[in-house]
Amino acid sequence: MIKKVTDEILHDHNADGIDRRGFLKCMAWAGTGALCVMQGGVLKSYSLSRLSDLGPSAAAAGELSFVQVSDSHMGFNKPANPDVAGTLKAAVDKINGLSNAPEFLLHTGDISHLSKPEEFDTVDQILKGTGKEVFFVPGEHDVLNDDGAQFRERYGKAAKGSGWYSFEKKGVHFIGLVNVMNLKAGGLGTLGHEQLEWLEDDVKHLKHSTPIVVFAHIPLWSVYPEWGWGTDDSAQALAYLKKFGSVTVLNGHIHQTMQKVEGSITFHTAASTAFPQPQPGKADSPGPMKVPAEQLRSILGITDVNYLRGQQALAVVDSSLA
Amino acid sequence: MSRSVWLLVWMALGIAAAVVLVSGPRTVAAGAQTQSSMAEVKIDNFSFGPATLTVAAGTTVTWTNRDDIPHTVVSDDKAFKSKVLDTDEKFSFTFTKPGTYGYFCSIHPKMTGKVLVQ
Repeated sequence: MIKKVTDEILHDHNADGIDRRGFLKCMAWAGTGALCVMQGGVLKSYSLSRLSDLGPSAAAAGELSFVQVSDSHMGFNKPANPDVAGTLKAAVDKINGLSNAPEFLLHTGDISHLSKPEEFDTVDQILKGTGKEVFFVPGEHDVLNDDGAQFRERYGKAAKGSGWYSFEKKGVHFIGLVNVMNLKAGGLGTLGHEQLEWLEDDVKHLKHSTPIVVFAHIPLWSVYPEWGWGTDDSAQALAYLKKFGSVTVLNGHIHQTMQKVEGSITFHTAASTAFPQPQPGKADSPGPMKVPAEQLRSILGITDVNYLRGQQALAVVDSSLA
Repeated sequence: MSRSVWLLVWMALGIAAAVVLVSGPRTVAAGAQTQSSMAEVKIDNFSFGPATLTVAAGTTVTWTNRDDIPHTVVSDDKAFKSKVLDTDEKFSFTFTKPGTYGYFCSIHPKMTGKVLVQ
């Protein structure tokens, strides 16, 4: 059963500000969304139901708007969602209906369920319906049997190593990382030495005022290590980003929305477009969660991100497919 | 019956008794040397069951994925490595040499197991 969201939010979304030194857990569970506005390194978050409390500047169109899509798991056909193509199409409809049209899409992995060519083909075809450029990073389901060769052939020809890369859009520096390769027994996600060295070099010459957006499949913060929801060497990666005034980390993998702020770094996980997974520790395993059919689309979703130049703000809005 | 034939019969009986005495309750294991035995590991709820399996050398172990999510079976030292196993798919490996074989799911590395081959 899905619990009512209000029971689960660990932080008062309507507080005026957040202690930036504190260890804040601000979680917006599946079934709702949150708008996060970061200003001068301080994040303010509001539950979507209280959007009317916001001033017009926060809700206004920014300099840059993009959408995060995650965990489409094309090919999955179990009872938790027998029509993952249908729900991905619903996500595309949602994106096309946004009042503030996104410039591009980020897909944070698990594009396919079993790394089959036809699964990738179907996702590509459906996402073409947005008419937008899509930037991908792989999930563990996208690199099965071939160590990611097919993924890189399709989406990472210009990428380094196992598929990491960076690019600029309107003054925002985007970094796509790969943490699903060479996983070790008993361990979590892994970035690896080579990728960490590349990251250090990639951000070395950037001004501290450059807004940074990092996207990777497995969370780069320790959500729930018991279920493998974390990355072993993420602390090293984050150390290279600490000097920046505004860092937003976007992940997938856990099929539910969650947020956390540590200093100037905001972490955010996106909902899946395919099926929900249980809250940490609330089930025997992180396997697909079956919910009544009429509830399914309300707990799948997309994430819309807005950057407002001058205000150093990134606004992150989750919306369901319902 | 000639004496040499009786000798052969007694020798055969002696060997049979020795096999029973030496192998004791593990007669199944002794039988594995002539006809291979089988053992099973089930994958349920993101875990291997049993997590530690003890078998005799020559045993073929079959893993079956009963989750709605694909898994793999990969030994720590790469002695064996399955393709990805979707729901109800199986992977088998025959352990010929005694030893301890740690393994894990390379997609969900928190899932670990062990096969002790005697």
